Amino acid sequence: MKYRHLVITDPAKLIFGTAPYPVKTRRGLHIGGGQVYSELNFTLPVMSINDQTLPEVYAHYRQITEGALERALQLNSKGVILEFETLLEMTKSPATGVEIVKIMNDICESFYQKHGLASEIRLTPNDLREFERPALQRTSRLLEPMFQLFEQGMLAGGDLLSIESTGGKEVSDEALMMCDIKAVLFSLAVLGVRDMQFLWEKIAALARQHGKIPAGDSACGFANTAMVLAEKKYIPTVFAALVRVISVVRSIVAMEQGAVGPDKDCAYEGPYLKAITGIPISMEGKTAACAHLSPVGNISSACADLWSNESVQNIKLLSGMAPVAYMEQLEYDVRLMNTALKKGAAYSRTLQQLLVESDVYTDAQALVLDPSNVIRISSALIQGDSYVANARNGALEFIEILEETLASGRMTLPEMELSYIPVLREELQSIPDSESDFIEMMLPLLDPSKFIPSEYGL
Amino acid sequence: MNYILSKLLEAVEYGKVDQGSPYPPNLKGMDGAHELTQKALDAGIMPQEILETALIPAMGNVGRKFSENKIFVPQMLMSARAMGASMAHLKPFFASGKIKARGTFVIGTVKGDLHDIGKNLVAMMVEGAGWTIVDLGVDADAESFLEALSNNPGAVVGLSALLTTTMINMGEIVEKIKENAPGTVILVGGAPVSTDFCRKIGADFYSPDPRGAVEFLKQLAS
Repeated sequence: MKYRHLVITDPAKLIFGTAPYPVKTRRGLHIGGGQVYSELNFTLPVMSINDQTLPEVYAHYRQITEGALERALQLNSKGVILEFETLLEMTKSPATGVEIVKIMNDICESFYQKHGLASEIRLTPNDLREFERPALQRTSRLLEPMFQLFEQGMLAGGDLLSIESTGGKEVSDEALMMCDIKAVLFSLAVLGVRDMQFLWEKIAALARQHGKIPAGDSACGFANTAMVLAEKKYIPTVFAALVRVISVVRSIVAMEQGAVGPDKDCAYEGPYLKAITGIPISMEGKTAACAHLSPVGNISSACADLWSNESVQNIKLLSGMAPVAYMEQLEYDVRLMNTALKKGAAYSRTLQQLLVESDVYTDAQALVLDPSNVIRISSALIQGDSYVANARNGALEFIEILEETLASGRMTLPEMELSYIPVLREELQSIPDSESDFIEMMLPLLDPSKFIPSEYGL
Repeated sequence: MNYILSKLLEAVEYGKVDQGSPYPPNLKGMDGAHELTQKALDAGIMPQEILETALIPAMGNVGRKFSENKIFVPQMLMSARAMGASMAHLKPFFASGKIKARGTFVIGTVKGDLHDIGKNLVAMMVEGAGWTIVDLGVDADAESFLEALSNNPGAVVGLSALLTTTMINMGEIVEKIKENAPGTVILVGGAPVSTDFCRKIGADFYSPDPRGAVEFLKQLAS
């Protein structure tokens, strides 16, 4: 890992609205520059996307953007990010995705010109490569439409570029179900890292070429899958928490390649990226219950620079359309955080502590988001001469913290969770320092039909 | 119950694949499903009895414990592996007709959708309940389901989807199956799917979890 020192070392400074390296946007948002903004995410209701339904698809995005910005304006919002996360058909046919960006950008510009409400679009093409199994990470023809959408979409007004890339997911999916921590670490710290290097070098170069913002990536398909599986009681929460820690070494590669934030909302590894690199981050929590449940509803906002809802369908609720309702929820949360920031460090610190303390000892996954633990684990994550060693050291540090917390009586876990801890520690301790030794250890254990080593430069 | 069968039931329930497997630690060095099934056959126990008395009840116990949040998926997967080790011995008897499966279950994640974790769990639990599984994988279209049905007449079908924009494809698949293979029973599942949606597209059963699917199939086969 390129990073050898933490940018933030004081947990009190790992706080919402303030990042050491804020990001300025075209319409004047100063993300991480002293205030939190809402980031609204949305998707279509149940419908097909084809040539016949495209007018209806466009109408949905128009309705969502107008409705959300109108509500933000009524609530005296200081600025909004709208994330357009594309669906399969919109990336496969980039013209469709680009048209939606144009529609949204025209509305953003109109609200900016007429009312002074600054908003920006985060463009997040979906990673088409996962539609091929085993995936052709570097040679797939599907890379072409993805990058067409990135380039034409940013020119159409998608200023912040992100992706939830899927390199390593072929191995991770099964490893999660088996609670195979070594295979998870291989999927993230070897395959994921290598794929991120390949992908983000290109995304950052494109962004630089057009003066846009390479924002960041999310290990959603890995660590959030683990979180949702743990929420369903399919796998232990302690395992899901470890996956979160390990995912840091994969997601930080975007920053190493030039990404500057704000990192993606569903990247709950964001606090680590903020502590290590100083970039601003987007986070989601209780406001994302429309998309998935989580045990980190409050604590996840403790150091958020953008506050998001993950995704909501454009359907009618009693109050109005769902994205409008979520815009309101986000704005009230953001207003509270910004009021605390305005009243000074003591108030913001108190609010940060309340957000942390209300969740921290309820779940192992909340424990990893406590700013004090983020700093401590981040210090371990930057120790080591390979991503493999970095990930292992961070994961082992989390186990130390977990055991200390359990021993102190502040947190309890059922026996079926506790029985996993020594097994996981032993597995992690067996991981060697060097990537090549680890690859040699793992390749015979993995199903060779699942992934193509050469597509990861192996 | 016969001693060997009771040990086999225990081995499958606790995921002991063979004598050499380290899991579970408390059965270390003891015979696993592999050895116990061979011993049962050597002792002249009928294959159907092995299946009905040891394997299916073992997986039933596993499914119940999982539904009651007493075990996690990895333990269930280990049990499935142990059952697989046992089934390897019994497979020839299926071919010869000495054992009858409860039925065939054709399952797949529908066109446009790549999510397979839920689908795999359902397949594993249904297999544990004595059904033969035909897994079409992900991104499966109507034609692949129809082909599987023509190779396995009378099979029950399971459709899975995780996205609001792919669950809509379930409707098209259900329509084609009902048109080409009338009478086929179709189960649907996945995060955005509901009983209402199931009714609307003409499918026969929706379950929010794998256990519900197993219970439905159990009733169907009885």
